[in-house]
Amino acid sequence: MTAVLDIRDLTRVHGAGAARVVALRGVSLTVAAGELVAVMGPSGSGKSTLLTIAGGLDSPTSGTVSVEGTDLGSLSRSALSALRRRSVGYVFQDFNLVPALTAAENVALPRELDGERPSRARAAAVAALEEVGIADLADRFPDDMSGGQQQRVAIARAVVGQRRLVLADEPTGALDTETGEQVLALLRGRCDAGTGGVLVTHEARHAAWADRVVFLRDGVVVDETRSDAAEVLLDARKR
Amino acid sequence: MSVRQAMLALLEQGPMYGYQLRAEFEDRTGSTWPLNVGQVYTTLSRLERDGLVEAAGTDEEGHALYRLTEQGRTELSAWFSTPVRRTQPPRDELAIKLALAVTITGVDVPAVIQAQRSATLRALQDYTRLKQGSREEGPPALAWSLVLDSLVFAAEAEIRWLDHCEARLARSAREHAASGAATGQGPAAGRHARPVTGGERR
Repeated sequence: MTAVLDIRDLTRVHGAGAARVVALRGVSLTVAAGELVAVMGPSGSGKSTLLTIAGGLDSPTSGTVSVEGTDLGSLSRSALSALRRRSVGYVFQDFNLVPALTAAENVALPRELDGERPSRARAAAVAALEEVGIADLADRFPDDMSGGQQQRVAIARAVVGQRRLVLADEPTGALDTETGEQVLALLRGRCDAGTGGVLVTHEARHAAWADRVVFLRDGVVVDETRSDAAEVLLDARKR
Repeated sequence: MSVRQAMLALLEQGPMYGYQLRAEFEDRTGSTWPLNVGQVYTTLSRLERDGLVEAAGTDEEGHALYRLTEQGRTELSAWFSTPVRRTQPPRDELAIKLALAVTITGVDVPAVIQAQRSATLRALQDYTRLKQGSREEGPPALAWSLVLDSLVFAAEAEIRWLDHCEARLARSAREHAASGAATGQGPAAGRHARPVTGGERR
């Protein structure tokens, strides 16, 4: 399996002297194509810092981060931005859509920034919206959509084009259980289709959608769980 | 588990025989609460003795059929309209284990909590995968998905409780350490829980 994300021995220290805080110490994490990994931990455990560094929005104090085989530390600032636009998609708790742009324009934005022709960027955006089940809302503005619909737009934006790594920070935080579940099903579906995903959450019910759950405590990975194929509960229904 | 009431509820759909009742039950609940056919027949004969079901002849293959009596129907509707009693909490091994672990010297309570959290989360992953895999339609499939949801929410509640225990223990350890320092007892008072050290804030 190809590693879409490979984090090695990552340490991140904020501040210095008396204000020195170690957010992450020696964290390693590999995410393969088609794999969804959940990172669980209480607030302050370092899980959001890990996600920010994985996406190249922050740099480690030591250790390396590679996305699809490229060491982020070796890139110039502009090369890093380009890689972020092309390879990495983000989904945030508060959606982070541009209110002045329609759904399709929001999704097309990173591609247009990347120099793609507007008509092609729009076509890719509409295809991505179709995939998340809201092609009919392409010309709506975020304010005219429900939270669940806005998060679908955010997911479409995260996966548009050839992106193979999706980083989601509490993507269901503002949604009710049923809508939150649909968002996770969507994320799961993208990973089943070959994208690598990292889902940061403090909710076990959401982490359970992942192939693997990593527990962070005080900046250290303390445990990791894989789901075993225990389909024993289903046996009687198959008889 | 209320096998009695479950049998009455299934017979509300029409006359059935033992194997069929078991199959219908498991169609709705998977093998979450496995039922053996002996149990089904014992229950049926008790229900018959109590006048809640009666023999309804045989089907073309010779299976002995049972149907609901009027009295059975009354009992069934009473069951649906009465809340399930929660006054006596069922004995919970995990709660008992942790209650004892925090009072006994030499138990690594955070390790006990983490081991359980991992195991419960793995079960939660399994339930979630079963839910995804269930694409069927119709009332039995809906019933099964609700049973799975019940397992999902119970597992989630357990993990939330474990998170709470962990936070509570860490606080208690900090308080012990602080009061221990004040009275000159030293940090040994906090031995039951690993105190949370620096680097927690971002």
